[in-house]
Amino acid sequence: MKPAPFEYHAPTTVEQALSVLAEHGYDAKVLAGGQSLIPMMNFRLAQPAVLVDMNNIPDLAFIKAGDDGLRIGAMTRHYQVETSSIAAERAPLIHATMPKIAYPQVRTRGTFGGSISHADPAAELPTLTTALDGKFRLVSLRGERWIPASEFFLGLFTTSLEPDEILVEASIPPPPPHTGWSLQEVARRPHDFALVGVTAVLTLDANGRCENARLVFLSVGDRPMVAERAADLLKGQEITSEAIRAAAELASAEEIDPSSDIHATVDFRRHLANVLCQRAIEQAVQRAKENKE
Amino acid sequence: MESTTQNLFELAVTINGTRYERKVEPRMLLSDFLRHELDLTGTHVGCEHGVCGACSVLMDGRPVRSCLMFAVQVNGHEIVTVEGLGTIDNLHPVQKSFQEAHGLQCGFCTPGILTTVVAFLETNPNPSDEEIREALSGNLCRCTGYQHIVDAVRLAAEKMKEK
Amino acid sequence: MEKKLIGKRIMRNEDPRLLTGQAQFVDDVNLPGMLHAAFLRSEYAHARLVRLDVSKARQHPGVVAVFTAEDMGKDWFPGPPLVSPPPTVEDVVFHSRRQVPLVKDKIRHAGEAVAVVIAENRYIAEDAAELIEAEYESLPVIMNIEKALEADSPLVHDDLDSNLAAQLSQKKGDYEVARKAADVVIRRRILIERGAAAAMENRGVVAQWDAKGQALTVWDTTQAPIPIRNGLASRLGLSESQVRVIAPYIGGGFGPKIMMFYPEEMLIPWLAMKLNRPVKWIEDRRENFYATTQERGQVHDVEIALTRDGKVLGLKDDFLHDTGAYDPYGLTIPINTQCHAMGGYDIKNFTSEFKVVFTNKIIVTPVRGAGRPQGIFVIERMMDAAAKELGIDPVELRKRNLIQPDAFPYEHGIIDQAFAPLILDSGNYPAVLQKTLDAIGYEKFIKDEQPRLRKEGKHVGIAVAPFIETTGIGPYEGARVTVEASGKVNVATGIGTQGQGHFTSFAQIVAEQVGVKVTDVRIVTGDTAEFHWGTGTFASRGAVVAGSAMHAASSMVRKKIFTLASKILETPEEELELEDGVVRIADMPQRSISLGELALLANPLRGAVEPGTEPGLESTAYYGPRYGPTAFGAHAMILEIDPDTMMVKIRRYVVTEDCGTVLNPLILEGQVHGGVSMGIGNSFYEQLHYDENGQLLNASFADYLLVGATEMPHIEVHHVETLSPLNELGAKGAGEAGAIPVPALFAQAVENALHDQSVEVMEMPLSPNRLFELAKS
Repeated sequence: MKPAPFEYHAPTTVEQALSVLAEHGYDAKVLAGGQSLIPMMNFRLAQPAVLVDMNNIPDLAFIKAGDDGLRIGAMTRHYQVETSSIAAERAPLIHATMPKIAYPQVRTRGTFGGSISHADPAAELPTLTTALDGKFRLVSLRGERWIPASEFFLGLFTTSLEPDEILVEASIPPPPPHTGWSLQEVARRPHDFALVGVTAVLTLDANGRCENARLVFLSVGDRPMVAERAADLLKGQEITSEAIRAAAELASAEEIDPSSDIHATVDFRRHLANVLCQRAIEQAVQRAKENKE
Repeated sequence: MESTTQNLFELAVTINGTRYERKVEPRMLLSDFLRHELDLTGTHVGCEHGVCGACSVLMDGRPVRSCLMFAVQVNGHEIVTVEGLGTIDNLHPVQKSFQEAHGLQCGFCTPGILTTVVAFLETNPNPSDEEIREALSGNLCRCTGYQHIVDAVRLAAEKMKEK
Repeated sequence: MEKKLIGKRIMRNEDPRLLTGQAQFVDDVNLPGMLHAAFLRSEYAHARLVRLDVSKARQHPGVVAVFTAEDMGKDWFPGPPLVSPPPTVEDVVFHSRRQVPLVKDKIRHAGEAVAVVIAENRYIAEDAAELIEAEYESLPVIMNIEKALEADSPLVHDDLDSNLAAQLSQKKGDYEVARKAADVVIRRRILIERGAAAAMENRGVVAQWDAKGQALTVWDTTQAPIPIRNGLASRLGLSESQVRVIAPYIGGGFGPKIMMFYPEEMLIPWLAMKLNRPVKWIEDRRENFYATTQERGQVHDVEIALTRDGKVLGLKDDFLHDTGAYDPYGLTIPINTQCHAMGGYDIKNFTSEFKVVFTNKIIVTPVRGAGRPQGIFVIERMMDAAAKELGIDPVELRKRNLIQPDAFPYEHGIIDQAFAPLILDSGNYPAVLQKTLDAIGYEKFIKDEQPRLRKEGKHVGIAVAPFIETTGIGPYEGARVTVEASGKVNVATGIGTQGQGHFTSFAQIVAEQVGVKVTDVRIVTGDTAEFHWGTGTFASRGAVVAGSAMHAASSMVRKKIFTLASKILETPEEELELEDGVVRIADMPQRSISLGELALLANPLRGAVEPGTEPGLESTAYYGPRYGPTAFGAHAMILEIDPDTMMVKIRRYVVTEDCGTVLNPLILEGQVHGGVSMGIGNSFYEQLHYDENGQLLNASFADYLLVGATEMPHIEVHHVETLSPLNELGAKGAGEAGAIPVPALFAQAVENALHDQSVEVMEMPLSPNRLFELAKS
């Protein structure tokens, strides 16, 4: 399975990369880690006429802590986030999820920005960044803009990126005190794409009541599915098992849009979403209680 | 790196300590470059879509799937393949351990496992069996059921500690 | 003779080459002027080929030729049948339909090759294949084997009346009588789905025609180089001695690499002769799912008749077997299923009829287990159903029915895959079962641990499954053993090696007799220039059949050594010792002669060779058993399920294997581990999903799930050695053993774990989704 021919560019600055995109528009594809794009090219499912290789542009890989949160450069490799103590401290949910992403060899090359731009609804990073209220910086020759994760993922492999834009940075805000998190996934084998996954991020107030909740699902729709009504059920109250059950019921019955494939039917996915949502909320609450600062 | 004639790119890469300069089509996969351009046939191709791990080599010390890289992308980098780990008369401790523990049968997936394991033991010289299995998650083997591979990695960790 | 090498955990001779990337596999062959082939394969599962225009492909830069079936002219014809139908059984129906090199008129499965492009490299060949214009008239697709036999079903082969490819009945005793006498009769429907062998190395063929020397050399990932050589010579109008087929290092076989002839095996050598340039074709992984054979689809209607205290009086097993679009491999798989449907139990009445059905799916030929897993699944599921119905402990029920040690040889009265009578030669089934029960702690688990775990709300199940495995069948294999002037030994045999350690286990057999170090024995397998009589590596027969030939040949060489040494040293043979490559007089060890010197003396430069003797220290021997030995084993497993997600974790896995004499325990354990991993795959992970148009929905490793290191449990392997009386080694085969009982075991364990959800599993494979559905219903 050999890829079809393409015109290859290896820019050394972001401006060079953007020029190529501006010139070729939809005919051009950005090559970051290649762990999703190149298999598709080998299968000839993707046959981009022009490939813009981002791997020779310095300064696009970084993990920085700031007052406004954690900033991760788009070309930061998964293994770098996996071994970053800054990430562990500032974005523990993301840091803890890294080892679950694919396999060691994939994490050598796969990038933060690449995974997000690829927008596979079964991937973890789009869902995590949405749950953590992250935002992304997009640049083009026309300028730059920030866009919140909640507005970025539009559909199956579809984002708000214009054909002449590149995502260069992600920013994850610092979590408020008393915030707990959890990612619950079920996959056929531990490193496969999950059949269903859910991230819960919960903040408790001084009285132990839920001040804020985010419930975001992966693999049950064409993009990260945000269960807002289920989250609203939790807000302002004590998180009892009843409340957890009710929220999970609502989310899995009405706020996700799973399809059937050879690995799982709609019914099974809804069932799993329910089970995992309960487990995610329970674990997030547990962690929130432990995070006193 | 510049395009020279018609679609060919110049490439300079160090593989197993030797520097190679070639001109290649950008779509040539690294796995094919190693095997057919350079006749380093130790690295094998099992799937060409990034799941089986048979094609794993080390790039700047870390394992990558050579079927998911274009040869042009390793310009200026250092690659280590199975041929760079040891020779028949001078096996790397990891290779020796695999022989002693019967960690291979048909040997097709083995080179990809060896490079992955060498890199793994460098950052994790004292792994538990569970950590070993995790580290092998990106390498498929159809012959061994993995048990003797895990034994081999454990043995290799011991051998390398003694050095 | 005391065994010094056989039975020892000896490191493999072949490993240093494999470990350093120096071992040659087919894709490593690189010849000057070599061209590369790529195929255009049909996306339709059932269609007429209406129009094929390859002109644009032919003109593409870098393309040397494009061939279609038309272009082959009179050289186009189907492949040979591999196995004929059984001659001695009445009322056999058998329609032989074999695959063709390129489709001429009708496509019968998705992936059938329609045209071949030969170009300077594979990239260009694939580019050009996309330029071929093919027009198809799609036909209704036949996917379901039951629907395929309905009167109005479309036909896979239009020259037949139906999609019935074959039909065979076998009987033992009188089942109807048994049924009437039974206290309990239990009926079930059992469904078993297909899987791929998915060796890590895909297939490949490289062919080189030397026009000046009039010699054809073919490197092929085949498990059977000699039949390939013979078939190619016949197809191409050459003498067998003009054709050399080499199966170098092979990256896993597991059955499908013995399919022969694959279309590519017929075509690539022909192309090399036609173009007078070497041609290479290497299958890619997507092709492998479409163009390499698969196995296992069957539907069984089973009935078991028992007395109230659990004695099985009779078994009836009628089933359908899916052969896919063609049936080159005859009745091997379904006959194996029949032969294993009684397991290792003393069942005196048996009737079984199977129908082999054509469908528009990829061809079915043996994959590790070759029909045996299905038979064992059937009997073990029925035993479990019976145990529940009768209220008898499932292990106790099995004990009451196992064939006892004094009942051997046990004649079943039906025939096996080699058309020989199914005779179980030897065994100690109760001892093997008990060893497994003791190792997994069955009693204690059932009495103490499981109740405690259940109280904690955990769903942990235990299962035990005994099984037989017919092995070591004929027709025959041969070996030639030669002591060379260096003192080292060269051995050649016709079978091939795909990782099972022949270079070492065979060396142990030879070294044991010839008195040298294992590392001084060079084994050549899979090269028709070195040895050209034989069959191939399949049916767990390599060690038994080729090994027995090795043993015989090396024993003869040992005799020659002693005879010659006795003459040279002027001492009677009984006073001589052979050790470490040297023959010594036992009481005067300083008087000795090395094997190398003996070899030189055995090849005289002067003087005559006595009549009735041969030059050199060499012997060739053949071994061809009337029937093969039957191995036995028992697997046990403790498995935990999360009933909310239906995810499983195997907590413990125990194997007791009785394959007679174990040549090399290290290698045997490896074979068992690997077999179990395939069995676990077939139980819970591997399933080929076809849609209603005959398209494979998961033709890649992303969606066809192979078991990885994190899925595999640690396997404890125990041995019992009940020697086979059928060969001098006392050995039985073991290559497929690991895979055979696992689906039956898995089903039992899952049912036992989900005790509060009354789930009954009469199908394979399972998955979390399927368990969810079974538990709901």
